[in-house]
Amino acid sequence: MTTTPLAVTAPQQGFSPVRILIGIVVLAALIAAPFAVYPVFLMKVMCFALFACAFNLMLGYTGLLSFGHAMFFGGASYICAHTIKVMGFTPELGILAGVAFAAVLGLLVGLLAIKRQGIYFAMVTLALSQMFFFFCLQAKFTGGEDGLQAVPRRAFFGVYDITSDFNLYYAVLVIFLIGFAIIYRAVYSPFGQVLKAIRENEPRAISLGYRAQQYKLLAFVLSAALTGLAGSTKAIVFQLASLTDVAWQMSGEVVLMTLVGGMGTIIGPVVGAAVIVAMQNYLASLGEWVLVIQGVIFVLAVSLFRRGIVGEVIAFVKARKEKAGA
Amino acid sequence: MFELIGVAPQALFGQLLLGLINGAFYAMLSLGLAVIFGLLNVINFTHGAQYMMGAFGAWMALNYLGIPFWGALIVSPIVVAIIGMIIERTLLRRLYNLDHLYGLLLTFGLALIIEGLFRRQYGSSGLPYGNPLPGGTNLGFMFLPNYRAFVVVASLVVCLVTWFVIERTKLGSYLRAATERPDLVQAFGIDVPRMITLTYGFGVGLAALAGVLAAPAYQVSPTMGSNLIIVVFAVVVIGGMGSIMGAIVTGFGLGVVEGLTKVFYPEASSTVIFVIMAIVLMVKPTGLFGTAK
Amino acid sequence: MRFTAMLMAAASVFAVSAAHAQTPVKVKIGVLNDQSGLYADLGGQGSVWAAKKAVSDFNAASKGLQVEVVFADHQNKADVGTSIARQWYDVDGVDLIVDTPNSGVALAVSQVTKEKNKVFINSGAATSDLTGKACSPNTVHWTYDTWALANGTGKAMTKNGGDTWFFLTADYAFGHALERDTSEVVKANGGKVVGNVRVPLNNADFSSFLLQAQSSKAKVIGLANAGGDTINSIKQAAEYGIVEGGQKLAGLLIFLTDVHSLGLKTAQGLNLTSAWYWDMTDANRAFAKEFSAANGGKFPTDVMAGVYSGVTHYLKAVEATKSAKDGAAVVAEMKKIPTDDKLFGKGEVRADGRQIHPMYLFEVKKPSESKGPYDYYTLKATIPANEAFRPLDQGDCPLVKKT
Repeated sequence: MTTTPLAVTAPQQGFSPVRILIGIVVLAALIAAPFAVYPVFLMKVMCFALFACAFNLMLGYTGLLSFGHAMFFGGASYICAHTIKVMGFTPELGILAGVAFAAVLGLLVGLLAIKRQGIYFAMVTLALSQMFFFFCLQAKFTGGEDGLQAVPRRAFFGVYDITSDFNLYYAVLVIFLIGFAIIYRAVYSPFGQVLKAIRENEPRAISLGYRAQQYKLLAFVLSAALTGLAGSTKAIVFQLASLTDVAWQMSGEVVLMTLVGGMGTIIGPVVGAAVIVAMQNYLASLGEWVLVIQGVIFVLAVSLFRRGIVGEVIAFVKARKEKAGA
Repeated sequence: MFELIGVAPQALFGQLLLGLINGAFYAMLSLGLAVIFGLLNVINFTHGAQYMMGAFGAWMALNYLGIPFWGALIVSPIVVAIIGMIIERTLLRRLYNLDHLYGLLLTFGLALIIEGLFRRQYGSSGLPYGNPLPGGTNLGFMFLPNYRAFVVVASLVVCLVTWFVIERTKLGSYLRAATERPDLVQAFGIDVPRMITLTYGFGVGLAALAGVLAAPAYQVSPTMGSNLIIVVFAVVVIGGMGSIMGAIVTGFGLGVVEGLTKVFYPEASSTVIFVIMAIVLMVKPTGLFGTAK
Repeated sequence: MRFTAMLMAAASVFAVSAAHAQTPVKVKIGVLNDQSGLYADLGGQGSVWAAKKAVSDFNAASKGLQVEVVFADHQNKADVGTSIARQWYDVDGVDLIVDTPNSGVALAVSQVTKEKNKVFINSGAATSDLTGKACSPNTVHWTYDTWALANGTGKAMTKNGGDTWFFLTADYAFGHALERDTSEVVKANGGKVVGNVRVPLNNADFSSFLLQAQSSKAKVIGLANAGGDTINSIKQAAEYGIVEGGQKLAGLLIFLTDVHSLGLKTAQGLNLTSAWYWDMTDANRAFAKEFSAANGGKFPTDVMAGVYSGVTHYLKAVEATKSAKDGAAVVAEMKKIPTDDKLFGKGEVRADGRQIHPMYLFEVKKPSESKGPYDYYTLKATIPANEAFRPLDQGDCPLVKKT
């Protein structure tokens, strides 16, 4: 059976002046954003964008589709909420606890799951996350259907007050940028190149002396930890952790975000997350159609624009350039 | 509960029987998945939704057309299979030369659409469906409803016939050959694309048949398939998708294991299959009956 | 001094009546519930209809109120629910959120409502924490809660001779709470709990659990579960001939829509507690008739009736306070004036935010007894208002002053 690689866009490296300029403009826009757009919405987008980027590290750059990332997202959000609410942690410590938990869980799941590839990997991660869901449902500290509510918003490091949505926005922005920078760094490092080599041709990478399994496991743990970062942050933003975030539908949603935005592109998942979250928010009054619309987007994305929004844009620009060059 | 452990042999036998009934559904669903995967290399995420469509098909047949359960047993799977074949022709077919993951994603999206449409039309709390075989037999150690006995027998027959057709007939041998080398089989003058379509239809039909069988016993609701499908995935991973018999045996076997867990430690009965999956992955990553592929 | 006070009072009356004539008090009501998932049938668009109906029956326009009703689907996600709630309060000027089934979402929305000082009237959620540990000066819980259901079914059935119980319990916090509360009531009324089994959520096959229940010889089998689990357990109980064998099934959380989806043939003989049933009074029947005509033949549930009743009382309070902007003040007013409307009759809103009314124990009819669509219940017992809900001092609500 011949297979084409999941993502076709080659990474572009380096800092051209244009890129730096774009970066500055984007950063300025992000800082100004809460004046124009509702901050809670923006924070939600950032949480999911980080989640999708972390997920994309697996799907887009390692070629492994995990259908169980909800367990890292929701698991970390429970741990973060619990440590802050019950054990009195400050937010940064709560987030750290959440991330550490997600990383450990990622290691355990990864050890099992990377024994299989392709669709088996997807099914194994899905099954394990369903098991984790039942654990969360039955465990005492998660509060079952009620969830963990009213998580206090303590000051970051004991000094930076986050009770107003406005202040919190900038804290979340910093967290998002840190997470994004880590992912960016990982993708464009030798580590990221090896991952891509494994994705394209695993036997060849192995024959070159790379221990493919270890690389994949490391990528999985990193992805899980960053997903945990997103989940923990979400727990602080919404002051709650609930079963929604560990349910398998959440794993499906993050796949959708990545797919719509463009897997294997660095910015694609961010765009995808923004699109899907906006859809959920603004189509809420469509009620029963939300599920159908999500499904239709899935089908359209898979059958018509597999490169996703960002992927298509990149391809378009490239085609233009080549035309101009020729 | 402790009494059950005390009076072990007979009561245990009762629980084994119950487990078999449960396993019948796992077996039929994982069989369908295995057949589809074998030829199409697609993990059919829509399987749960198609199982649900089968059950709804039975309800519609009864309420719109007046066809009773026994008729629905034939009509509903055929209709669902035809819908499945249309999906294969129009959507799935375009993905065969891409990574398998796209097939998984496409069918996942389709599952969402189908579930959403049914929720819109019929609501979420489900529809009533009467029991066509009320009453039961007291076996001494337990009360066995007639309908349950029928389900076990029916699904065993279906599974064994499927196995026979695929492993022991000429048609089956084409099918198996096409799984290995579609190009060669095509060269021998067999219409492989049509075979693929029919295979998909057959797998989907099996899911729908399981759905019809489920309608009198379980809640007929739009979500009935989505929870089940994840367990069935785990069943498939445990069995490995290499062999038809493997899928059948694992399905029934895990039903029994789950049934026993319900007696001895009910709290774990929803997770036991996943735990077994984890153990199998550690010991034999290809699955109990699987071959490296 | 007195004169000035009188003058000021007169002036304010004048000012208000002037405002009354010129600019009506604007009120925006948001129905926030599940429109696509598990709880869509028991609330959903039906609750939206009920809210609108309450507004038009109240004759709001002639009383100087300009009321608008909006709605949204929280998709059973607490984060989506709170996002909508925050946006409604912050941006869209919503003053009241009603319905909101799903305990997780309800508790979260209650939190946001308190923070923004608006009003939250819950009809659809079950958790008794809303008026217990998590009670809030801005939240009123209207129709039912887990305590009331456990109490109603447990007490009435034990008194009617069902004195030995076996529980099929959904294995998570909600199921445990229902089982615990019901067991206490059963024991307090001289009954005995002979066994229980914890069933994982979304387990489709109840055979082995039902066999355990059957062999326990308990007179009543309590179903401490919800939704699909309840429907599956009842359906399979019929298959195993449990009700025919003389044991009674008690659904601890079951709605008219669930019975409808089971069909009478399967559900007959089931006992359940509900706050409202359409076929009890002429007013209820008229309401149901109108509802049915507008909603494709469906009939209203107690949750929808609760939305109607809650919105009506809210509007009365706003009429009295002349403004919807200060949520806590409106709720205080709601607690001050007694409740009275055509569906729930007379009652009160307690200090902890619990609305008090009678609860009813019903038995599901046999198919032969049913005369028309949705003619499903026979009234078995009425639990008077003063016994129907958890006593005020037992809820650990911080708003209730300990004496």
